[in-house]
Amino acid sequence: MTVTDSPSIADRPRYDCRDAYVETLAELAHADHRIVGVVNDSVGSSKLNSFRKAFPDRLINVGIAEQDMVGVASGLANGGRIPFVSAASCFLTGRALEQIKADVAYSHTNVKLCGMSPGVAYGELGPTHHSIEDIAWLRAISGMTIIVPADPVETAAALRWAAASDGPVFIRVSRMSVPRIYADDYTFEPGRAITVRAGDDVTLISNGTVLWRALAAAEQLATEGISARVLSMPTVKPLDTGAVVAAARETAGIVTAEEGVSGGGLGGAVAEAVVQHHPARVSILGIPEFAPTGSAAYLLDRYGLSADGIASAARALVSRGK
Amino acid sequence: MTLTAEHTTMPVLGRLPVHSSRSAQVAHITEAARQIRIQDLKLVHHAGAGHIGGDFSSIDILATLYGAVLDVAPDRVDDPERDRFILSKGHVAGALYTTLAAFGFLPVEELATFLKPLSALNGHPNRRKVAGVEANTGPLGHGLPVAVGHALSAKLDVSLRRTYVLVGDGELQEGSNWEAMMAASQYQLDRLTVIVDRNRLQQGATTQETNDLDPLPDKAAAFGFAVVEVNGHDHGELLDVLSAVPFRPGKPTFVIAHTHKGHPISFMSNNVAWHHRVPDAAEFAQALKELS
Repeated sequence: MTVTDSPSIADRPRYDCRDAYVETLAELAHADHRIVGVVNDSVGSSKLNSFRKAFPDRLINVGIAEQDMVGVASGLANGGRIPFVSAASCFLTGRALEQIKADVAYSHTNVKLCGMSPGVAYGELGPTHHSIEDIAWLRAISGMTIIVPADPVETAAALRWAAASDGPVFIRVSRMSVPRIYADDYTFEPGRAITVRAGDDVTLISNGTVLWRALAAAEQLATEGISARVLSMPTVKPLDTGAVVAAARETAGIVTAEEGVSGGGLGGAVAEAVVQHHPARVSILGIPEFAPTGSAAYLLDRYGLSADGIASAARALVSRGK
Repeated sequence: MTLTAEHTTMPVLGRLPVHSSRSAQVAHITEAARQIRIQDLKLVHHAGAGHIGGDFSSIDILATLYGAVLDVAPDRVDDPERDRFILSKGHVAGALYTTLAAFGFLPVEELATFLKPLSALNGHPNRRKVAGVEANTGPLGHGLPVAVGHALSAKLDVSLRRTYVLVGDGELQEGSNWEAMMAASQYQLDRLTVIVDRNRLQQGATTQETNDLDPLPDKAAAFGFAVVEVNGHDHGELLDVLSAVPFRPGKPTFVIAHTHKGHPISFMSNNVAWHHRVPDAAEFAQALKELS
């Protein structure tokens, strides 16, 4: 199911997951008239121009008004539509957090929230535009399913699953290009971790734009004789607790690596599972502060979310032993 | 003292046949509103909590909507073509539950569970727990955007179903309402009606002293709405206006219903103290006497 053969993951062609997003959304909309897009003036940044052309009445642009956007989506769902809300994740989740809680999650409406350009994708624009808190915020809300796809195949599969499921879903869709990780036969299952590389010495758990960096770290560690297991965790909520506990039991420790705050997101979820079920060492890599200006790639490197940074954290765990 | 089944004695009124005369409809609404107030008074008094001031401010509007305007019925709460009503001022849930019970959506006996542990009747309404509730509300400024979504879905379906939303006037201080009004106007949602419960009081003071909304009619008109002002306690006026929307093709409707918090109880009416005060035994007896 995974594409892990050569060439090295870092050398593969890169893709913008927004392309998979818009192609899949159009495919779903052709098949199901209930699907509509809802945006906050974010047609271009969500790459939805072609969708608007194909379905002019079904792309609802409420303007720069995120609270209204999420409320409108809830009303559309009550009317039988399946709205895919598409907006910069920083504004979608931050500006409309109470609407996401009350109108979508607590109301259990069939709204799909697509957070575009999350994490530090808007690197140079600064922390107002970084969306490193989105996962932590939404993870605290009951009933939210939170998906962080790592490549175009997973993005498309997650969207197809979301369209077919009943209830609130949040999907992060990055603009940072990533290599393909999954083969065409990949099927998304909520709450399931995928072992994208087997290993027994240490475990790397990641998702989104950082997953391929974790795979590159594992390649690096292999040359040093360290066998690293790489778990892809596309669903942060509900978490695959079983896979985390197995990793805690079978390897020297766990490194989590994510494009988000280093507390409350994937690392926080993994740490909670480990502490409650099988205490083990967990090293949480993320972004611990308002980041300085710089490109997204620069910022990921700066905070240890590069292959080198992840490998270094893994080495430290292995050297301390089980 | 808790509310028990013996305190839930309100008759179930139902909706009159569609072709009933106007005078019969007005009489029906008037009696429904009186019964709903009596039951709501018992509800708040016995539960020891609630928002009776805002309840009494809005009950005439609710009785008019459910008694004669909305195309909804207890046996078709999931009908996609039903009209939608959203109570944006969700803290007057007691008034909504009592109204739903009066028109057969909710067993009258269930009102005895209001605010009790595990009751479906929360202090703010929940659409998954109570048949007839269309949106979870409570935090202010949520109902109108959701109503815009309902109206948009109807427009996409080329359906004639209508959407009504009741907002408090103090609630209009939330900016999300004005975002929603712009969108309603942009999408020419003329099957959407916003009703403002214009009682001029918010939790702690008048709206004018807090963050003045006036000139509210001009503001709503400037946002692209067709605006009408009514006496929000006059059942005939409410019936005529709410049945006749939209006033202008292509425009959403904005009905400013002038009301008094606590109406018509002598010591509650237009008194800011009655936002969420609970009547004691003497006040309960006095209010009951005034309603009987």
